[in-house]
Amino acid sequence: MNRYPTWKYILIAASIIIGLLYAIPNLYGESPAVQISPARASLKADQALLGKVEASLNLADIKFNGLYLDASGVKVRFDSPEDQLKAKDKLIDNLGKDYTVALNLLSQTPDWLLAIGARPMYLGLDLRGGVHFLLQVDMDTALTKSVESSVGDFRTALRGEKINYTGVSRDKLTVEVNFENAEEMEKARRFLGTNYPNLTYSTSGSGTELKLIAVPNPQAQKQIQEFALKQNLLTLNNRINELGVAEPIVQQQGLDRIVVQLPGVQDTAKAKEILGRTAALEVRMVTAHGTRSDARDYDPKKIEDALKGIIPAGSELLYSRIEEPLLVSKRVVFSGENLVSASPQPSQQGAGAEISVSLDSKGAGSMKLTTRKGVNRRMAVILVEKGKKEVLTAPTIQAELSSKFVITGMENLQEANDLSLLMRAGALAAPMEIIEERTVGPSMGKENIASGVNSTLWGFAAIALMMMLYYMLFGVVSVTALAINLLLLVALLSMLQATLTLPGLAAIALTLGMAIDANVLINERIREELRDGNTPQASIRIGYEKAFGTILDSNITTLIAGAALFMFGTGPIKGFAVVHVLGILTSMFSAVMISRGIVNLIYGYRRKIDKLSIGQIYQAD
Amino acid sequence: MEFFRIKKDIPFMSYGRITTTISLVTFILAVFFLATRGLNYGVDFTGGTVMEVTYPHAADIEGIRTAISSIGLKDATVQNFGTSQDVLIRLPIKEDLSIAQLSEQVSDVLRRADSQMEIRRVESVGAQVGDELFENGALALLIVLFGIAAYLAMRFEWRFAISAIIANMHDVIIILGFFAFFQWEFGLTVLAAILAVLGYSVNESVVVFDRVRENFRKMRKASTVQVIDNAITRTLSRTVITHTLTLTMVGSMLLFGGEVLHYFSLALTIGILFGIYSAVLVACPVALRLGVSRANLIGDPAKKKKEGEEEIIA
Repeated sequence: MNRYPTWKYILIAASIIIGLLYAIPNLYGESPAVQISPARASLKADQALLGKVEASLNLADIKFNGLYLDASGVKVRFDSPEDQLKAKDKLIDNLGKDYTVALNLLSQTPDWLLAIGARPMYLGLDLRGGVHFLLQVDMDTALTKSVESSVGDFRTALRGEKINYTGVSRDKLTVEVNFENAEEMEKARRFLGTNYPNLTYSTSGSGTELKLIAVPNPQAQKQIQEFALKQNLLTLNNRINELGVAEPIVQQQGLDRIVVQLPGVQDTAKAKEILGRTAALEVRMVTAHGTRSDARDYDPKKIEDALKGIIPAGSELLYSRIEEPLLVSKRVVFSGENLVSASPQPSQQGAGAEISVSLDSKGAGSMKLTTRKGVNRRMAVILVEKGKKEVLTAPTIQAELSSKFVITGMENLQEANDLSLLMRAGALAAPMEIIEERTVGPSMGKENIASGVNSTLWGFAAIALMMMLYYMLFGVVSVTALAINLLLLVALLSMLQATLTLPGLAAIALTLGMAIDANVLINERIREELRDGNTPQASIRIGYEKAFGTILDSNITTLIAGAALFMFGTGPIKGFAVVHVLGILTSMFSAVMISRGIVNLIYGYRRKIDKLSIGQIYQAD
Repeated sequence: MEFFRIKKDIPFMSYGRITTTISLVTFILAVFFLATRGLNYGVDFTGGTVMEVTYPHAADIEGIRTAISSIGLKDATVQNFGTSQDVLIRLPIKEDLSIAQLSEQVSDVLRRADSQMEIRRVESVGAQVGDELFENGALALLIVLFGIAAYLAMRFEWRFAISAIIANMHDVIIILGFFAFFQWEFGLTVLAAILAVLGYSVNESVVVFDRVRENFRKMRKASTVQVIDNAITRTLSRTVITHTLTLTMVGSMLLFGGEVLHYFSLALTIGILFGIYSAVLVACPVALRLGVSRANLIGDPAKKKKEGEEEIIA
C-alpha cells in the first residue's frame, strides 16, 4: 500500500534530472568575454557581423573559445583577460564607431547545456555590481509642449481659412482663441473641431470679447504621455549604447517612469551625464554643397577647399550618411527638444515615402523665420552621437514652413521609418529627473554573494544534522527532500531567469528553513500514529495523509503573504517575493511527493517491518 | 531521540490569565516605545542618501566630516561600521540639489581628499519615491492581513480567522516595538521580513486550528477547553522542532549574512520567537473567548447527517 504507481517514480526522477540539468550551469565559472552590439538603431547584429568579428580576431591571431550571436549582439569568449583586452582594442579599431564593444563576463556553461536553454541564474545589481537609476519623466512638460505646438497650428490654420481672430494664447494646458464676432468663432470652432479632434472645445465670453477654449481630451493626453515615454525610452537606449555596457536594461515602470540598470558600471558620473543630456538632434542651414546644382549655395569649389582644410568661419564640414561632404552653419535652427513628433508616411505625391515632422511653437517660430528667406536652400538634419555629428538628411526647402512639414525624397517606407527613428532618438519628449539611485561596487557584489551563499549552506548543514539526529532514517529522507527542494528552486530560478538579488538569496535560505516544517509535521504525525499502536505501514500512510491538509493550509497562507509582497514590493522586496513564492511551490512538491517516494522505496516493498527508523518514540503509560 | 515525553495534556487554556497579561504588557510596551521613540526609518522610506565607502587604511572620520561640510552639506552623519576602514555616510534630502548631484558631489570631494577611497554602495531615494514605498508597504501589510483572514474564515471559521489575525498583529507590533526601542534602522528589507513573519506565524495558528478541528471530530465527549489543550499538547513537539530549525537558518543569516541582511534576520528572529508564543497562547485563548465550539466548526451534527442522506440519494 505504500507504493507509488510507476509514473509517479518516473515523474520524480524526471524532475530531479531536469532540475540537475538546469541547475548545473550555476556551478560553472565565468570567463572574460567581449560583446559587440550595434551603436545605432538602424544597424543590426547579424551573421555578417559575426563573420567580420571572427575574421578580425583570426587576422590578429587572438584565440577565443566561443563565438555566439544573440538578440543583443555578438559575444566572444576568451581564456584570459589579456586576450579579452587585446580583442577589445582590435575590434574597436576594425569595426569603427558603428558598433559598441563592451567587456563582459560569460558563463562557461558548455554549449550543449546552452542549447537546451540552461543558463546560470540572472544576478541582480547588488550581486554583480553596477548602477540602478529610476527616472521620472516630467509629463506636465510633455503635455505643455504638445499643447504649445497646437497654438502655432491654430494660428496657421485660421489664417489659412481666412477666419478672423484677435489672438491665440496658452495657459498651462488650455488654448484660448479670441474673437470679436460670434459667426467667425463658430466657423473656427467647426473647422478646428474637424481638423484637431484631439481637443475638446468650449466657448465663453460675450459681445466682442469671445473666447474659444480648447483643452486636450483625456484620451489625447494619455496618448501624448505614452508617446513621450516611448520616445524617452528610445533615446535613452541609444545613449546608453555610448557607454559600452554589456547588458543594460532600460524599462518602463508604471506610466511615467523609466528604470535604467547598468551592470558593471563604476563611472556613475559619466552615466548620469549621458542620462541627463537633453537634445542630440540639431537642424541647421547648409552654407555650401557640391551635388545639387538646382539648389542655392551650390558651390563645389568651396567644398573642395573645405576638404583641403579651408573652412569659412561660422561653418563646419560634416558628412551625410551617403558620405556627401557639406558645409553647415553653426547656428541651430531648432533642436531635438523642439521636436514634437517625426513619423514616416507614404509619399503624398507618387512613389517613395516621407517623414511628417511636427514642432513646438518655439521650433515653429524659428523654422518660419529661417525658411521664409531660405526657400530653395538646403537644410541639414544632424544627429549628434558620441560627440560625432552626422547629417541624417539634407533636404531642399520648398516653401515657408512652420510647425508642421514633411521631409520628402525617401526611397521607401523602411528608409523613412529608419530616418524618423533616428530623428526621434535625438530628442527627449520630456525632461527627466533621477529620483532613485543605487550603486553597488564590484567588491561589495562579491561579498554579498558570499554572505548569501554562506548563510544558506551553514544553515542547511545545521538543519540537516539536527534532522538526522532526531529522526534517524526519516531525517535522512527529509534532508534529501530538502536538498532536492534547493536543487529544484535553483533550477527554476535559472530557467525563468528571474533576477536574483541578495534578499532573494535570503529568501532561498528562509524558504528552506520554513520548508522543513512540512517534513517535521509528517514525521511527528507518523510517530504519533505509531504511538497510538498503528502498524508501521499504516502509520506512514496515515501520517502523510493527515499532515498533507495542514501543509497545504499553511503554505497557502504563506503564498498569500508572498503574493502581496510581489504586488506591492519594488526592487529588493520583489526579488525576495519571487524566490519566496517559487520556493513554497517547490517545497510542496519535494516535501510531500519526493519524500514519500523515497519512504515508499525504502519501506513500501517490504513484507514485514518491525520498526521504523524514525527515532525513539516515547510511550506514555 | 524524543524530547517531548508528555503524559497528560498540558492545561494551556487555564494559564489564560497569565498569558493574556504577558501579551498585554509586551504589547503595551511595544506601543509605548513606538509612540514615544518612533521608528528609525531608513532612506527607503524617508528619502535621502546613504553612502558606504571604504579605505585601505583606517578612515579619518573627522576629515570626512570636514570635507563634506565644506561643500555645504551640514546635516551629514558620518560613522564607522564594522571595521575602522568602513564608513557610512547619511545625507538628508536637499531641496535645491537633485539626489544624483548630491552623491556625485560627495564622492568627488572625498576622492579629492583621499584618492584611495572606494565606493562600495550608494543608495539615494527621492522624497516622492520614499513616500510611495511607505504607502505600498503599508498597503501590502493590510492586504496580507486581509487575505489571510479571508482564507482562514473560508477554510475554518471567522472566529479562528479573527484570533489568528489578532495573534499576528500582536507579533508585528512587538517586532516594531523592538525596532523602536533599539532604534534599529527600519528599511524595505525589514518590511519584507515582517511580511514573511506574517505568513509564517499564521502557519502556526493553522497547524493548531487544524488539530482542534480534527479533535472536535474525534473527541466527541471532550469540552472545548480539553480539545484545545489536547491539540496544543500534541502539536507542541512539532512546534518547537520546526521553530528551532527555522531559527537555526535565520541565525545562520544573522551570523554570515553581513550588514545588509542584519536587520532582516533580526526582525525574523524576533518574529519567529513571538510567533510561537502568540499562535499558541494568544490565538487559542482569543478563539475560546470568541466562543468556538464543536457546532460552529464542524457543523451541526443533525444538519450534517441530512447532507449525508442527500448524498446517498443523489
